[in-house]
Amino acid sequence: MKEKRKIGRGVCVVGAGMSRFGMFPDKDSKDLFIEAYNEMISSVDKGVNPDDIDALYLGNFSNDYFVHQAHWAPIIADAIGHTPKPATRTECACASSALAFKEGVFAIASGFYDVVLVGGMEEMSKCSTEEVTAGLASAAFPSELVAGLTFPGIFGVIASAYFSQYGCTKEDLFNITIKSHSNAVLNHKAQIPFTIRDIMNQKIERAMKKGTPVPHWKDEKEFLRDPKANPMVAYPMSLYDCCPISDGASCMLLVSEQMARQFTDNPLHVVGIGQGSGAGLQGSGPLTSLEATKQAASEAYKMSGFKPADIQFCEVHDCFSIAELIDMEDMGFFKPGEGYKAVDEGLTRRDGSMPINTSGGLKCKGHPVGATGIAQIYEVWEQLRGEAGERQIPNNDLRIGAVQNLGGTGGTSSVTILERR
Amino acid sequence: MQEKKPLSDISYNQFLNEEKLMGAKCKKCGAIFIPPRAICRKCHSRELEWVPMKGEGTLVAFTCIAIGPPFMIAEGYNRENPYCTGVIEMKEGPRICARIEGVNPGKPDSIKIGTPLTVKFLHRGEGEKSKTYLAFEPQ
Ligand SMILES: [Zn+2]
Repeated sequence: MKEKRKIGRGVCVVGAGMSRFGMFPDKDSKDLFIEAYNEMISSVDKGVNPDDIDALYLGNFSNDYFVHQAHWAPIIADAIGHTPKPATRTECACASSALAFKEGVFAIASGFYDVVLVGGMEEMSKCSTEEVTAGLASAAFPSELVAGLTFPGIFGVIASAYFSQYGCTKEDLFNITIKSHSNAVLNHKAQIPFTIRDIMNQKIERAMKKGTPVPHWKDEKEFLRDPKANPMVAYPMSLYDCCPISDGASCMLLVSEQMARQFTDNPLHVVGIGQGSGAGLQGSGPLTSLEATKQAASEAYKMSGFKPADIQFCEVHDCFSIAELIDMEDMGFFKPGEGYKAVDEGLTRRDGSMPINTSGGLKCKGHPVGATGIAQIYEVWEQLRGEAGERQIPNNDLRIGAVQNLGGTGGTSSVTILERR
Repeated sequence: MQEKKPLSDISYNQFLNEEKLMGAKCKKCGAIFIPPRAICRKCHSRELEWVPMKGEGTLVAFTCIAIGPPFMIAEGYNRENPYCTGVIEMKEGPRICARIEGVNPGKPDSIKIGTPLTVKFLHRGEGEKSKTYLAFEPQ
């Protein structure tokens, strides 16, 4: 086994775009991708000629199911005028576009291409909640599905094991939800740009207008404890522990390190890439950790030479509140069973020592499955370039950010580390 | 008697229909798997054999689901009538996902991790559409 992992030549991100995330009945996948693409083109400081893009890698989980159309790479390639150049789709459930990013990096590192467009998209909201639940479930293991498990159910199972092992409670998870919402309110592209307090006020106002009994909650936690406001989906996961159903797209322009300065004086270097696989709930490891994430993190740390303590902030895959804890621990930011205490102490807030999900996370920014991985990297792009506006992490020496993107029930996990030099 | 069926999910389900819970044991390293596998996850050996499971284990994690997949909704489960499903660690070692009967899914706090469980077979559907689901209930 080789100890060090290196890529053939350096790769940089020189442009990035992301559509608004939300439920858009009057926009399709092409419209959303073009929205992200247009922003990406104008984000390249010194400009890019689309003719110079050698190839497209596109992450998409299951538009085949959601809108009954497959083979999306050429459709998007055509929409942006990229044909006849190569276009490839990557599919690894919710990690589909982080792996499009990885394939793009490898394609440049190999020396074969110099300029690659990577992206992802998903169009989910045209299905009913039941249909989306069934579609997403197809990314789990058959032995999990036959037991009646759904995705919220699988993360409910993981939460029950975590609670029982470490003494964490649902009250601790509330802190994650409250934090995600308070970050998302500063993100104009987020699907739910409201604090929990905003949502409480909206519900009170609506009741007053309709003349129905006006609810009263002492504080955010009392609201989250109220089963009417926050109904159980799969114990102990309630509505506000779960990410929404979303439409959206994201993309990035990757170029070889030698060429990066032709595009911008402020490129981000791809210093760590890692990927892992896992056997789901019936694997042999502990239920409170995902072997795929540990593998992905280990690969990315080895390639970058960084340790968890070197990472200054991270976007982790919080499809459910409990996942944020498990992800942070598997990334090595906190010891097993200590993640929830770090959240309680405020360490993972935007002004904490280890900001997590400053974008609002999947929970509030939205989770258009195939777009998510690169949308997570997009937050790192904005933060490292000092372009995150009100969401900017208050640190004058922000140089190293990471992303962890999960697919299925831990079947796939991906880690990406970017550095501003 | 040596069981000759291939080590597959299809054979495993056929055994369930006969109310037999069968796993696979690696002849090389002794690891036991359920559902069965043709290749050992631990040592990569391809020499595995069927082994009957005692059908006893412990509840190690669970959830109570309000919004289930279509086949659970068809059984009458919904927000008002949730169902419990979980992960069981078998006496022989491996873990399996299965439905948990004989508990109160409406009161998840009453369900305790560590509860000893025994296997139960749930037969659903008629004729060609009949299917047996694995479940466990407190001993
Ligand atoms: Zn073996």
